[in-house]
Amino acid sequence: MRIDYPIDGRFGKYGGKYIPETLVPAVEELESAYKRYKNDPEFQDELSYYLTNYAGRPTPLYFAKNLSEYVGGARIYLKREDLLHGGAHKTNNTLGQGLLAKRMGKKRIIAETGAGQHGVGTAMASAVLGLNAEIYMGAKDAERQKLNVFRMQLLGSKVHEVMSGSQTLKDAINEALRDWITNLQKTYYLIGSVVGPHPYPMMVRDFQSIIGQEIIQQTREISNTLPNVVVACVGGGSNAIGTFFPFVDHSEVLLYGVEAGGQGIHTGKHSATLSAGSQGILHGMLTYLLQDEFGQIVETHSISAGLDYPGVGPEHALLKDLKRAKYVECVDDDAINAFLVLSKLEGIIPALEPSHAVAYAMKLAKHMNRSENIVVTLSGRGDKDVEVVSEYLRMKEKKEK
Amino acid sequence: MTELLDNNLLIKKFKELSEKNECGLICYALPGYPNYDYTNKNNNDDYHDHNNTTLQIVSAMVEAGADIIELAIPFSDPIADGPIIQEASYQSLKAGTTPQMCLKIAQKIRTRYPQLPILVITYSNILFKLGLENFIKKSCESGINGFIIPDLSIEEADEYIKEASRLELATIFLASPNTNEIRLRSIASKSSGFLYLVSVYGTTGIRKSIDSYTIDTIKIVKKTLGKTIPIAVGFGISKPLHGKVMINAGADAIIAASALINIINKTKDNNHDNNNDDNRQMLEQIRYFVASMKKVCRKENRHSK
Repeated sequence: MRIDYPIDGRFGKYGGKYIPETLVPAVEELESAYKRYKNDPEFQDELSYYLTNYAGRPTPLYFAKNLSEYVGGARIYLKREDLLHGGAHKTNNTLGQGLLAKRMGKKRIIAETGAGQHGVGTAMASAVLGLNAEIYMGAKDAERQKLNVFRMQLLGSKVHEVMSGSQTLKDAINEALRDWITNLQKTYYLIGSVVGPHPYPMMVRDFQSIIGQEIIQQTREISNTLPNVVVACVGGGSNAIGTFFPFVDHSEVLLYGVEAGGQGIHTGKHSATLSAGSQGILHGMLTYLLQDEFGQIVETHSISAGLDYPGVGPEHALLKDLKRAKYVECVDDDAINAFLVLSKLEGIIPALEPSHAVAYAMKLAKHMNRSENIVVTLSGRGDKDVEVVSEYLRMKEKKEK
Repeated sequence: MTELLDNNLLIKKFKELSEKNECGLICYALPGYPNYDYTNKNNNDDYHDHNNTTLQIVSAMVEAGADIIELAIPFSDPIADGPIIQEASYQSLKAGTTPQMCLKIAQKIRTRYPQLPILVITYSNILFKLGLENFIKKSCESGINGFIIPDLSIEEADEYIKEASRLELATIFLASPNTNEIRLRSIASKSSGFLYLVSVYGTTGIRKSIDSYTIDTIKIVKKTLGKTIPIAVGFGISKPLHGKVMINAGADAIIAASALINIINKTKDNNHDNNNDDNRQMLEQIRYFVASMKKVCRKENRHSK
C-alpha cells in the first residue's frame, strides 16, 4: 500500500519545521494557501497555461542515439528540461510558486540561488506575473556565474550578493530566511529546491513532478513500457525528486540520484551529502548534511555551483533509507567528460549539474542490455558553464605539461 | 508553564528579582570571541582562567549587575542572527571553538559564581548532532540551568522538553510579534524559567529606535500571560533607553546581545594585540554598559504601573 508522504510535514523522520517562531505563522499561511489552490481547477489551469504557452511544456524525451551507440549498451533517453524556458527545470517551480504568491497577495518575492538558474527562473516568473523579485546569491557563486547575474538584472530583479559564511548557496538561503523573518508580511519566499521547512519540500516536489509524469507518458508512447532505469543529479534534489516521484510506486524501475563527488569523497572536497553525510538540522529541516563532528556545517565543493549544497531534500533522505532510490556520486573529471561527450556527439551542451547524471548513466548503460532503456533528466543547458569548463580544461592542460 | 523545582537558579533569580521589585538583565557572552587562548601550553588552570577572555567578560558583566548569563555555543548557520552575531560566531568558530569548550567555560563560570543562572543559547543542530540526551546531560553537569534554541519550534520539541525537564533544566521558548494568542499560551505552557519575547520582525542586531508595534506586543503578551511566567524581551535592545521603554511596557527582563558584541568589536579595533592589558579597555566599557542597563532595571517599579 502506498504511503502518502509527507505525514504531518515529515518524510519518515526527515523534514519538519525547525524554524524561528517568527516564521511559524508564515509557513502556516503558506501551507493553507497551497492546500487550497493545489486542487483548485482555476489555479491548475492557469499554471498549465503558463507551463505550455510560456515555458514550452511538454519537453521532449529524446533518444540519444549517438551517445547510446558510443557507450554500447542500454538505450539512453534524455528528458530535455534544458529546453524549458529559462534553460532549466527551475521554471516549473517558479511559475507554480509565483502564481501562488500572487493569489496570496504577496507582491515582493525573495529567492536564493546557487548557479543562478533558480534566480533566473524566479526573475522570469516575477516579470511575467508582475511581481518584484530580489535574489540572494553567494558572492562566490555570483563571481563564477556572472552571466546569470546579468540575466536576472535584465529581467528586472535585484541581486544581493551574500558575503557571509562560505558565500555560496547555503549562505544565500540563510540570508533569504533572514530577509523573510524581517519582511514577512509583504514577502513571499520562493525556495528553489525541495528543501526548507514544511511545506516547501512537498510543494516544490509537486510542481516538479511534471517531469516524471511526462517521462511515464512519453516512454509509454515510444515503447509501451516504462524505462528500466531513471537517473537524475541531486544537489538540493528538485529535478531528481520531480523525476523520481511518479516512479516511486513502480518498483521495477530503478532510481539513481547522482551527487557531486567533487575531487573525490576521500579528499573531503565534494558535495555528496547522501553518500558521505550524516543526519542533522539545517534550513528548517531534518535531513542528511555535510557537517563536522560538532554539528558545524562544512564547506562543500563541486565544479557545478548548482550541486554545491551541504544539505539535501528530506524526501531523498527517506528514499535512501527505504532503499527505493540509490544515491551515488560522480567526480568533477567524469562530469566534465560527459559534458564534452554529449556536446560533441549529440550537439547538446548540458549544464554541469546534469552532466553528473549523464556520466553515471553512461557507466550504467555500458553494463546493460541493448533492449533496456535509461532515462536521464537533463535538468539544464550548459551555456552558463562554458567559461568554467574552458578554465578547467586550460588548468588540466597546464598540469599535464 | 512546565514546572521546575524551586531550586533551579533561574526560578530562584526571578523570585528574588520580584521580591526586590527589580527587572532582570540578561547578558549574552560568546566563548572564543574576541579571542580564547586555546593554544596555551601551560596546563595550570589558574593561569588559564586568568587569561580566558570569556571568563573575564562574564565576570565584568556579573560584577556590573547582569542577573543571568546567556552563554552561546556558536553555529555555522545562525539564521536568527543579524550581521554582528553572525560575524562574531564565524570568527569564534574559525578560532576553533567547540561545544565542549563552551561547556568547559560554563563550568568555570559556575565555579566562580555558584548562584548565577547560566543558560546555553544555540541552534538545533548542535543538540541534534551531539545527541539530545547526551548534550543536555553534559550541560547539566557543567552547571547550565536552561536552554534557548531559537530555531526549535514547539512542534519539534517534545523530546527536548522531556530530557531537559528530567534534569530540572529550563526550556525557554521564543514568541514573536506575530504569535497569536492560542499559540502564545501553548508556547508559554512549554516554557520554563521565562518566555523569550522577540521584540521585532527581524534578526538580532543593533537598532536606533523602537517601533510602536514592539510596545504593543509586550503589552498584549503581558496581558495574556499575566504573572504565569516572566517575560524577557530581546532583539535590538541597544541602549538603556530601549530597556527602559521595554520595562515600562511590562517586560520582566531585558536581554542584551549584539550591543555587547559591538562593544567588543569597537575596542578590538583599537587594540591589535589581544593580551590582557588590552582587554582592560574592553572590560571597562562592558562594565559601564551593563551597569547602565541594570540601572534602568532597578529604577522602574514594575508593579506600580
